[in-house]
Parts: sequence; structure tokens; C-alpha cells
Amino acid sequence: MAGQKFDRRNFLKIAAASGALAAVSNSALAQGKPLVVGFIYVGARDDFGYNQAHAQAAAAMKKMPGIKVIEEEKVPETIAVQKTMEAMIEQDGASLIFATSYGYFDPHVLKVAVKYPKVFFAHCGGLWTEGKHPKNVGSFFGYIDECEYLSGMIAASVSKTKKAGFIAAKPIPQVLRNINSFTMGAQSVDPAFTTHVIFTGDWSLPVKEAEASNSLIDQGADVLTCHVDGPKVVVETAEKRGVFTTGYHASQLALAPKGYLTGAEWDWVAPYTTLIEAVKAGKQPPNFLRGGLKEGFVKMSPYGAAVPAKAKAAADAVKAKMVKGEFTIFKGPIKDNKGATVVAAGASQAQQDPVLEGMNYLVAGVVGSI
Amino acid sequence: MSAAAESLGWLGVPLAVFAGAIRVSTPFMLVSLGECITEKSGRINLGLEGILVMGAMAAYAASFKTGSPWFGLWAAAGVGAMFGLLHGLLCSLKRVNDIAIGIALMLFGTGLAFFLGKPYIQPKAPNLPSIPLGFWTDNPQLANALDVNPLFPAGVLLAFFLHWAFRNTSWGLKLRIVGDSADAALALGYKIIPVRIVATMCGGVLAGLGGAFLSLYYPGSWNEALSSGQGIIAVALVIFARWQPLRCVGAALLFGGAGALGPALQAAGVSGGYHLFNAAPYVLTLLILIVSCSPTRSLQGAPGELSLTRS
Repeated sequence: MAGQKFDRRNFLKIAAASGALAAVSNSALAQGKPLVVGFIYVGARDDFGYNQAHAQAAAAMKKMPGIKVIEEEKVPETIAVQKTMEAMIEQDGASLIFATSYGYFDPHVLKVAVKYPKVFFAHCGGLWTEGKHPKNVGSFFGYIDECEYLSGMIAASVSKTKKAGFIAAKPIPQVLRNINSFTMGAQSVDPAFTTHVIFTGDWSLPVKEAEASNSLIDQGADVLTCHVDGPKVVVETAEKRGVFTTGYHASQLALAPKGYLTGAEWDWVAPYTTLIEAVKAGKQPPNFLRGGLKEGFVKMSPYGAAVPAKAKAAADAVKAKMVKGEFTIFKGPIKDNKGATVVAAGASQAQQDPVLEGMNYLVAGVVGSI
Repeated sequence: MSAAAESLGWLGVPLAVFAGAIRVSTPFMLVSLGECITEKSGRINLGLEGILVMGAMAAYAASFKTGSPWFGLWAAAGVGAMFGLLHGLLCSLKRVNDIAIGIALMLFGTGLAFFLGKPYIQPKAPNLPSIPLGFWTDNPQLANALDVNPLFPAGVLLAFFLHWAFRNTSWGLKLRIVGDSADAALALGYKIIPVRIVATMCGGVLAGLGGAFLSLYYPGSWNEALSSGQGIIAVALVIFARWQPLRCVGAALLFGGAGALGPALQAAGVSGGYHLFNAAPYVLTLLILIVSCSPTRSLQGAPGELSLTRS
């Protein structure tokens, strides 16, 4: 009896899955069925941060013709995301899924992708490797460290103590890359500049983020920045204490009209459009999609009132080089903060270099350890 | 922008622990004092986490809508009282387990707060003011640490009051009789259920105010990760404090200070082992519980009617 039941359920699963696959094929699209695109967020959609940046772009996608957008928020980086993806595919007929949180990639996206070879899974931030990962998985990400470098330049030009505080969630490569780029940008203005890092341990811990901000300010940091899901607490605490901030994910200018200098923001409309257009046209979407300021994947917040004109000009000059693709942030010699050489003199790691996406060090001038 | 402060170096660590004890402890203190009252009447309300989150959301929403953070406090207290009443009434039904109702209330409160709180994540609501007790010092760090929210001294005073009132007022004695022995209370002609309902409501009010402190003062904004289990920890602190209000204050201060240790050490440049330091509050609680426990007097001070102790 039990065996029979199982079989029937399996049959229904396959039937539903093949239904979803039919939606992918061009013939189905030609009949006017919309392409169902699923978006999965790890946090709340309106957190002034990472998830909001994704949700805003998803909202822009809703305006594209022939697209049906479905969304689910607050999906943890556990087996729960596998269930969400399967539900989107089997119940809603999704044929393109945007899994927007880092921890979804391995093993969750990879596992589900093997099960549904006709559905394309676009993951934000993962490192897709040819031959190792399924063909129907792709990763997209923005080189937001370009914006962090520029933010660092601005921070160093207004800081009096030459000390910034960086509140970070977890020491993963993307976070380390941001910390390092911020520091190197600041050091390009003042070589003695230091960045003090506090790792809070998770993406959203408001009380701990507030404590970390206060501690850093007490230790003399007069510019704060962060890499957590919602920068609201950090930015507001800094404004209350009268120090500067540079933002992250989205613009937090409204939260700190006095102290907000500039910030690194995502603009996911460009990569989303590329991927959706490809699936719609029945083509293989790019498995490895990256872009920076040049491609419009990331952007800078407008400068705040406290930024002097000279600093703006200097940052804009570097930005212009970045847009032309002529600027390399990780250019040797670079030493880590333990004294070891990580990029040799004369060597340079260009923006697209996948080595950078496995970063596991903090550069000299960063006070903190992984 | 104010002049940048001098770096404190190592002195920053004790200062941060001190400041953190004051800043972070208030919700723990308020919630645990409330739970202390509830448990003294012989009931456990595990739903305080839900009430805390609901109070935080209600306070932020009310402050945003009316422009007055004080109105937010009233809203949080009102919501807390209503949830306390709900718990009190449900538990008064026959064969209803207070722990199960508490867990249900915790899930209900957080879920409802997330649902109703969606539109208030982004807006900025006016925060509660602080009392600048550090006016006498030129040191900006110390002055900031001594910026105290009125709810903190109010909580400390309340603890002293409760400590006195549990022994010296008629209603304090009544509460304890009801909580220690329902039979004795009945023999004396006291109505048990109304006392327990009122005690649970008081607990709810204080938990709501604890939530208001989180969303209206520190960290001072509403979002869904705001509490991250502080209401549950506060319930544990009551047991840790052996049902004594003054010890609740001590436990809350200890917990707040220990929580500030991790970020403070990293800010001072001690960056290794931060996972361990971030776990300091929990490790410390465990250590004190282990050191202070004894086979001869475990659960000393527990109200006799508590479902924890009643066999």
C-alpha cells in the first residue's frame, strides 16, 4: 500500500515537472504563456539593504512583457530553500530561478539543479566552475569592491583620526574583498589609514551591530561602514554619535543627512534583464555573469554634503578609469596584515580574475583577523 | 560633525562592557522583572518573546504615526497587557498547560508582529530621549556611555520596589501565597485565578516596554531580527536569578556587559577567537549556573505552584 502511494506521488511530481518544462520550450512561449521567474530572498524585502536591492530590481522586471514574477522572502540558507525552489518549479511552473543569497549555492542550488535540468538557476555571488557545476546553474555578481574603493577614498579624505570602523557579518570572500578594497582606496589617499573590523557572526544582529558601532567610535573611528544585510542600525548609530558613514547595498542618505558620505549600491536590473532575455529567447544564459561600474551592475550613492570638492574630483577621476576598464585595484605588491605577500610586485589581479573570488586574507592596514 | 574622539585603546574594553551593561541590559531587566511577577503567582509565561517583539513593533508604529515616542511606550504597554491577559485567560481554562500556551503565544506574537510590522521597517520613527548623566565629563566616550534612557533607572527602581513589596505589602504576600500553595490560598479565601491573570498582565506590560526600548532607543529601529531571542533569555534569567527581583537586575547587567565584550575586544584589536567572545554571555551563564548549583538546594526560591517544580 505504502509503495503504491509513493509511486503515485512520484508520478504526480514527474507530471508536474514536465509541465514546468513545457513552459520553458519556445512553443509554449509562442502560445502566449508567460515566462515564470522566481526570486528567493534570505531576509525581508524592505530591509534598506541587500534584499531590498534585489527586490527593487525584481519589481522592475515585472514591467517586462511576457514575464510573471513570483517571490518568496525570508527563506533561510537551509533545506528550506530547496523546498521553496521545488515549489516554485512544480506549483508555479517557474523556469528561471534567482537564488539571491550566498549560502543557497552549495549544496542547495546545485542539488535541485541536477533534479530539474531544464530549469535555469541564477545564483548571486557563487563561484560557478566549468565542468564542476551543472550547466543549468549560473552565477551573477557585481564588482561592488570598485564602489568600496571609491568609498574608501572619500572616507580617508574626511577622516581626522585616519581610522575607519568596518562592521562585517562573516569572513567570506566577498566581505573580505570589500574590506580590502575599502582600505586600499583609503590608503591611496593616506597610506597610514587603518580599518578596524568587527565580525558580528551573522547577517542581521541589530543589537550587536549597534554595540560594534559604539565600540568602534569609542576607539576613535570617525568613519563607519558595514557589510551586513541591513545597514540601517550602523548608519543611524553613527549619525547619533556624530561620525561619518559610507553606505552599502542601497542609499542610506535619508537616514543620516549629516554624516552620510557616499555608498556602494547594487543595481541588479542589468544582470536580471540579460538572464531573463536569454531564457526567453531559448538561448543558453551565461553561466558566469559579472559586471562592475562599467556594466552598470553597481553604482555609487550621491555624495553627501560633508564631502569636499577636491575629494569628489579625485574619486570621480578613478571612477572614470574604472568605467573605461583601465583601473586595477589588486595590483602588487600587496601584503596581508600578517606580513605575507599575497599579490607579488609586478603582478596584478584584474577585476574578472576568479582568484579574487576566493579571497582569504585581510590586507595590511586592516586590524582584525578572519 | 563633532571633533573626533581620541582612541581609548585598552581602556575601551571595560568602558564598553560598562556602557553595554547599561545599554543592552534594559530589555532583559524589564522582561525578567515581569516574568518574575508572573512566576511568583505560579505560572510561567514563555510567550514573552512574542510579547517583546509585538511591543517593539507596536511602539515603533505608534511613535511613527503620532510623532511621539511616549505614545509608543503606551502602545507597547497596552499590547503587552492584552497579550498577558490572553495568556492569563487561556491558562485559566481547565487542563490547559501554561508552557504550551506560552510557546503558542511566542509564535503568534512574533508572526503577527512581522505581518503587521512590514510597513514600518523602512520609515524612521522618533526615538526616546536619553538623560545625559555624563554632563560632568569632557570625555566624549564616557559621556556617551552615561547617556541613560529613563527606562533603565525606572527598571532598577522597580526591582527595589518589587523586592520590598513581595515581603511587605498585602498584595505581595497574596501573590506569593497563590504562587506557593494554591491550597493555602484557597483556605485563606483568596481567589487564585484573578491574581494569576493580573500577574501575567503585569508581566506582559513589562515585556512590551522591553520591546519598546529595543525599537525606540537601542538599537532604535524596528526590523524582524531585532529581538533575536532576548525574550527567551530573559525567562531563563529569572530562574538564574532565583526569582528575586534584585538578582534579576544583576543578571541582566551581567548579560548585557558580557554581550558587549565581543565587539569591544575586536574594536580594541583583539581579533582572534571572536566567535568565542561573542558567545561570552552564554558561556558565563553556564559557568555561573554550574558553580552555583548544588544537589541539596537546587531550584531554591522557586514558587511551589510553578509547573517547573510541581510534580
